Amino acid sequence: MTTTARTHQPEFLSGDEFSIPTYGVLAQDGSLYEGADEPDLDKAKALRIYHSMIVTRVLDERMLAAQRQGRLSFYMQCTGEEAAVIGSAAALDDDDMIMAQYREQGALAYRGFTFDEFMNQLFGNEMDYGKGRQMPIHYGSRKLHYMTISSPLATQIPQATGYAYGQKLAGEGLCTIVYFGEGAASEGDFHAALNMAAVHEAPVIFFCRNNGYAISTPSVEQFAADGVAPRAFGYRMHVIRVDGNDILAVYRATQRARELAVKDNKPVLIEAMTYRLAAHSSSDDPSGYRSRKEEEVWRDKDPIRRMRSWLEHKGWWDDDQEKSLQERLRAEVLETMKRAEKRPPPPLDSLVTDVYADVTPALQRQLDQLKWHIRRHPEAYPRGARSLDPVLASADNTDDQGGE
Amino acid sequence: MATINMLQAINQALDIAMAEDERVLCFGEDVGSFGGVFRATSHLQEKYGKARCFNTPLVEQGIVGFANGLAAQGSVPVAEIQFADYIFPAFDQIVNETAKFRYRSGDLFNVGGLTIRAPYGGGISGGHYHSQSPEAYFAHTPGIKIVVPRNPYEAKGLLLASIRDPDPVLFFEPKRLYRAAVGEVPEEDYQLPIGEAEVTKEGSDITLVGWGAQMEVIDKAVELAEKEGISCEVIDLRSILPWDEDTIAESVLKTGRLVITHEAPRTGGFAAEISAAIQERCFLYLESPIERVTGLDTPFPLTLEKEYLPDHLKILEAIRASVNF
Ligand SMILES: Cc1ncc(C[n+]2csc(CCOP(=O)(O)OP(=O)(O)O)c2C)c(N)n1
Repeated sequence: MTTTARTHQPEFLSGDEFSIPTYGVLAQDGSLYEGADEPDLDKAKALRIYHSMIVTRVLDERMLAAQRQGRLSFYMQCTGEEAAVIGSAAALDDDDMIMAQYREQGALAYRGFTFDEFMNQLFGNEMDYGKGRQMPIHYGSRKLHYMTISSPLATQIPQATGYAYGQKLAGEGLCTIVYFGEGAASEGDFHAALNMAAVHEAPVIFFCRNNGYAISTPSVEQFAADGVAPRAFGYRMHVIRVDGNDILAVYRATQRARELAVKDNKPVLIEAMTYRLAAHSSSDDPSGYRSRKEEEVWRDKDPIRRMRSWLEHKGWWDDDQEKSLQERLRAEVLETMKRAEKRPPPPLDSLVTDVYADVTPALQRQLDQLKWHIRRHPEAYPRGARSLDPVLASADNTDDQGGE
Repeated sequence: MATINMLQAINQALDIAMAEDERVLCFGEDVGSFGGVFRATSHLQEKYGKARCFNTPLVEQGIVGFANGLAAQGSVPVAEIQFADYIFPAFDQIVNETAKFRYRSGDLFNVGGLTIRAPYGGGISGGHYHSQSPEAYFAHTPGIKIVVPRNPYEAKGLLLASIRDPDPVLFFEPKRLYRAAVGEVPEEDYQLPIGEAEVTKEGSDITLVGWGAQMEVIDKAVELAEKEGISCEVIDLRSILPWDEDTIAESVLKTGRLVITHEAPRTGGFAAEISAAIQERCFLYLESPIERVTGLDTPFPLTLEKEYLPDHLKILEAIRASVNF
């Protein structure tokens, strides 16, 4: 039970008095702020982080272009947020669980998801782990401890609390990180998740990417408070706000959060202040709700350039290395994209599998009827007909129109 | 009469309702200055101000709970849920609160002014979570009305009727048709009846019933069937709850055959309710079993969407099966 001091005047406290500082280590020119300690980040790990950032950026640029060419139905970029996502993922054990929202391809890249694996999901082909059921960018990997993305926002946040509680009981010394946007933090699921985590002392890191916008809604229309961070106090939870474009600050803060979560069973909230430089998705046009000038200000705070300057200061990176990495990755993306595009769609039977552990008699009947129908009209269902009789539908048809 | 698309028709309806009655408010995620992700609320904030048309925080249970409170107070909220797939976080507010306000208070309070708009349905490569048709979940709940328009003319007239209806209304908009369905729509104010189905084409051999985006698909199937000499009667149900049993029963008494189609999964879909009721009323007049053409009993897929969806060919085969029974 909580005991409080007594007062005898009606004095109200107000959220206005609340403001939380932002932790920063690395300045834009690659130097360290005075009084800031450099985190313990060795060369190999630093380069692994940087490499993942470039992988993510190259993938995003290329796939948005592919979407514009009509080769892909939909895409979402993480441009501008690479340090927030990759810096936090890098501070974890590679076996810790990641529950992401949808803009965290950087964390997957860091864990070693290959271009082929990305592409198979993006094109929903027969090699897609999700069997072509979800829109592009809904990745998942059991091997890399990355829970498959679900589109309904914030649903993963209380699940992360539960997953982490299970990890605690299993005693493996692992934790869960859950990513979400400042928009998703308005959902009831967010509040339920923090409360349960605090009460049940789950080793979970709540990582809010506060990138300023939820589609067109600016954060000032999302909440009246000083961001998302102050909410942690209401649940009696540890919290830190970091410069989300500062790789060293994000890395160090998440490292410390992991210690609190795993050693002390204290859930932690991290609010990373960053900016969604790209459109919300390939179906969105931000010129309808924000100015180019505002975007330019943030372009100057590019997290990748900032990290590169630091690496150069340390003598760990130079122009030649940059050039050859970029060229190699660009070629690799194109090559894997072509491969993934050519792969056939998942077989027709995949329509009814995984609904239950076993296909029920009703589903089997429905599938049989569908097969009968497609055999009568193979030309109308080239994808389905292909797995019934590969000769029937040799020509590819792509009639996607784009989603949200 | 101007030729406009369904989004423009919906925008016109909202504009008319807001101009006429200052208690009408429009809100939801991205609804404010941006005009909604589909642009159904474009320019309304400019015209009526931020107090009457605004962005909400991203929380559907909050949006509907807030709307329930507003409506109980006497305002006329038109809340937008960005996609019907995301109406479920608000399920409790709709099913336990919206639907039961009047009943549980003995009519001391009601939320009759409330309209909830949500884009529903597939055919846009939206995959699992941008394609669902959730009408049947709500049809199991007495106390709300459920309306689905099939074209711009219907959308405007039915939305205006929904906003002015004395009961809360869920208004599901077929998003595949938002820009694809274009038609003549009068600029002035008009309403279409809620709870009445419409016979959109008369015929004598078989009755086809659907709603929303399926109506276009039915028309395509009917064209093919008529080439085979089958005379089809087509009915747009328009209101899922309450639904117009009489119009369908009358038609089936004449044709003796019925095919019902919807995109949602078969089991527990609204076609099941229609076929049970019609079978009770028309048993001795039926020449063949009532056919249902529906989505599979699975979640909505992406790559194999075309295979999953009930289309004109599947409806045509059902018509043939019914006629040749
Ligand atoms: C429950 C739910 N409501 C609405 C949506 C539609 N939607 C998809 S993304 C999005 C904005 C999310 O913004 P934020 O959480 O800030 O993340 P960001 O896109 O900025 O990374 C919305 C409203 C959804 N996916 N789920």
